[in-house]
Amino acid sequence: MLAGAAAIFGLVMILLGLSFRNRRSSGEEAGQIRVWILGLGLGFPALVLGALLAYGLVIGERLVPRQGVEAVQVSAQARRWEWRFTYADAPALETTGVLHIPAGRPVDIAITTADVIHSFWVPRLAGKLDAIPGHTNTLRLEADAPGTYQGVSAEFSGAGYDGFAFEVVVHDNSGWAAFLRGQPE
Amino acid sequence: MRALERHRKLSAIWASETGFRGWFSTVNHNDLGRMFLFTAFLFFIIGGLLAMLIRVQLATPHSAFAGPEIYNQIFTMHGTVMMFLFAIPTFEGLAIYLLPKLLGTRDLAFPRLTAYGFWCYAFGGTMLIVAMVFGIAPDGGWFMYPPLSSAIHSPGINADFWLIGITFVEISAIAAAVEITVSVLKYRAPGMSLEKMPIFAWYALVTALMILTGFPPLILGSVLLELERAFGLPFFQADLGGDSLLWQHLFWLFGHPEVYIIFLPAAGVISTVLPVMCRTTLLGYGWIVSAALALAFLSFGLWVHHMFTTGIPHLGLAFFSAASTLVAVPTGVQIFAWIGTMWKGRPELHLPMLHILGFFVTFVIGGLTGVMVAVVPFDWQAHDTAFITAHLHYVLFGGFVFPIFAGIYYWLPHFTGRRQFFRLGELAFALVFSGFHITFLAMHWAGLLGQRRRISAYAPEDGWTTINLISSVGSFILAIGIAMILIDVLLHVFTARRSRRNPWNASTLEWAMITPAPAYTFASLPQVSSRDPLAREPELATTLARGEGFLGTPRDGLRETLAVDSASGRPEMHVLYPANTRLPIIMSAVTGLFFLSLLLKFYWIVPLALAGVIVLAWKWVRSLGLRDDPAMQPVGHDLNLPSSATVERAPGWWGSVFLLTANGTFFAALLFGFAFLWTVAPGWPPPVWFTPSVAELALGVAGAVIAPLAMRRAIRRNRAGDAPLFSVLIALSGSAVLGIACAALMLRAPAPTEHAYGSTLLVLGGYGLFHAIIAALMGGFLARQIRCGYTSAKRRAAFPIVALWVKYTSITGAIILLAAHLSGMLS
Repeated sequence: MLAGAAAIFGLVMILLGLSFRNRRSSGEEAGQIRVWILGLGLGFPALVLGALLAYGLVIGERLVPRQGVEAVQVSAQARRWEWRFTYADAPALETTGVLHIPAGRPVDIAITTADVIHSFWVPRLAGKLDAIPGHTNTLRLEADAPGTYQGVSAEFSGAGYDGFAFEVVVHDNSGWAAFLRGQPE
Repeated sequence: MRALERHRKLSAIWASETGFRGWFSTVNHNDLGRMFLFTAFLFFIIGGLLAMLIRVQLATPHSAFAGPEIYNQIFTMHGTVMMFLFAIPTFEGLAIYLLPKLLGTRDLAFPRLTAYGFWCYAFGGTMLIVAMVFGIAPDGGWFMYPPLSSAIHSPGINADFWLIGITFVEISAIAAAVEITVSVLKYRAPGMSLEKMPIFAWYALVTALMILTGFPPLILGSVLLELERAFGLPFFQADLGGDSLLWQHLFWLFGHPEVYIIFLPAAGVISTVLPVMCRTTLLGYGWIVSAALALAFLSFGLWVHHMFTTGIPHLGLAFFSAASTLVAVPTGVQIFAWIGTMWKGRPELHLPMLHILGFFVTFVIGGLTGVMVAVVPFDWQAHDTAFITAHLHYVLFGGFVFPIFAGIYYWLPHFTGRRQFFRLGELAFALVFSGFHITFLAMHWAGLLGQRRRISAYAPEDGWTTINLISSVGSFILAIGIAMILIDVLLHVFTARRSRRNPWNASTLEWAMITPAPAYTFASLPQVSSRDPLAREPELATTLARGEGFLGTPRDGLRETLAVDSASGRPEMHVLYPANTRLPIIMSAVTGLFFLSLLLKFYWIVPLALAGVIVLAWKWVRSLGLRDDPAMQPVGHDLNLPSSATVERAPGWWGSVFLLTANGTFFAALLFGFAFLWTVAPGWPPPVWFTPSVAELALGVAGAVIAPLAMRRAIRRNRAGDAPLFSVLIALSGSAVLGIACAALMLRAPAPTEHAYGSTLLVLGGYGLFHAIIAALMGGFLARQIRCGYTSAKRRAAFPIVALWVKYTSITGAIILLAAHLSGMLS
């Protein structure tokens, strides 16, 4: 996308620069309108944008939670300024500021808020999804490898917003099982 | 009469009072345009200083410069000031100053409204700045998302300043938009048909129409949120049947068109200035007009792209993503039409042209990053990071500030009658251009590295230290450049040499006059036969000064002009303007008192202020009445026109049509809100439904049906020479009955503070009651005019205006009653 944008930018700049040449483009106004407005103004963006849009929609479709897949269910509730996570597989368990998930399995995170709007964002795992009062938004993500990932809340929420962060700990199979039993390694 | 004598006589008629007292009583667009622009630039400097504070704060990690409490006010006010107090008013000021001159007429349609709008803007803006000085400025970000901005999470008066102050300022935007729309459609030189209008007038028209349909949703949102904060009506509280998403919809329903409301006037400046700089004419005039219209239309279909991360259904995402990319097509048409214009002509690198080149580079980058964030998966990552901040500055600085600088340098000789002497402008441009790109290219990068927008501090481990420092250094280069532009302009105003008329050899009418522009604008009005009048008749200015156009003979100390048929530009009526008056400033001060007493919760003043507004409004319209039937007015060239008091569709009728357009949008947004809460908000159905009453519904609807019919009868009788008074009184009573039904709805709305359903009914009823009162007052005013002999079969212009308002009140009132009572019956 960056390369394409740079190419288009370069093209516009070259056309802009060439207009300062001494030689005048001759021809009638009708011809100029065909080139500049119909060709470059209408046709060119329509083509590029059509392709880009299709690409975006296909990628977007892949990121949407699909039915029929067995996904781990967790809940994330935000409040100013901490996240609380609960786990469908271990109802007694609640963690604050750290979300635990298994690696290699799809996870559905049900995002809610107890006060103002927040946004759940773990840049390396998925895009943002907002926590809106009264609504539950579900984010599907899947971590390939165990490890620790940084997450932040990405919707301005007042005075404590700067440091409003959390961690995602991704476990391998045995680690996940241990966590659910309440015995983290 | 010699040209000089005519100049003296006309100046005496049109001039404002001398000295600073003239500022308070002037209604002349020459003064008010300058006052608008001057005030807007004061706010630009304030907003710019706030931006500098932001960059100081972020220059180093763990900054101790300002704590989050202060920093949150700073960035909220930076956005608010730049959007509402700089960008929109700059367009208004430029259009107010330029339009009559471009269109070949003497003033805008409603001079007193221009002044009223200006004072609302000045007072409202001052309120916000005073709040900031006292450290109680809004601090919830310039889009004020509830529940963060609700009473629970933002106690204190800060958010109220935003909601009430901005609504006050928006009165001026609506006033200016009505003004501009009617002026472009009706107040043009004879012969200037739509396709002969200067391109800037098209852009101004489209922008004004967008303001009329784009601002009402925000005004509604602000009203609802303030009602929630002040009286506990839970429109945005999820546990009480409200939904904070409703605010986001209303806000971005305004917020996205807003971007184009800012860009289109700037595009109008480019389309005007660029061809002159290239010694040619604009390529594809018709295409550019269509592109502007398409842009305006499309921009209302993509507000949701600001809400891609709120969990909107995927199909909705696809639609709005498509609309967001589609909007790039008409933008592309304009960009390439401009480049084609440059190829067609012979570009010369004057100062305005440099800024236009700055526009091209900056805006194209901003457009391309805009296309990137229209791609949903990318936006999920980039949303709410510094990448977005950088993108929007590329769009707004590139798409507005550079073109406005180009416009300032282009029209500066027109404002001052001087030409540039010092060569500071080129250096200033270089600093602004490089400073801007250093600041905001760096900010893109910081955003991609994960820096969120609106944070007040970051840690060295985040790895953003260098990039932020570079950005801050760039911002100071930019600030120095802007300061130099300011100095350059001041030097120009005070020291430059006198210039010849039309220094750029432009072909539009604003150069067909002496500069600085005289108070009366044109000594006589031109007959226009082409899009480039000065190219065809280079000596037009002299001809007009000699009084060879229309209305060349000053009469009886009257401010005269003529209005034309919208499409063809055929002269249609003779119009008299009001003279200098302090009424607008007094009226806006009383309006301000109304807002201020709401803000400070001195509720006992509110009815007093409202009564004051009504009395002043009454005085305002009363001065328009004529005691005797006016004769046909000679306007020169053997043409006689009817007075505007004797036509079916007077200027006031046109003004009402467009004011009601804005009002209708407000009402539609309110109905949308009702439907949205009903279908989307959690916490529905409400615990108690409204108890429907067939009697109330029937009575109200009967009033709503009778009122417009009676007004129609009044118009018919008046035209036939019969007494219309009785029919007007019937209409008045019909509106009153409708008002009573709406008042009953308000009284019986179930528990308005306990569920959003009841609060919505309360607001709907209040809307109906408010309009019924207006309609009844207008009916009462008309009845008085009839009794005192201010109307006749000829002097009939007031009737259709009242009929229009009565009809509007009936339609909205009937919908309100049906929506409320049916909701009770269906449950």
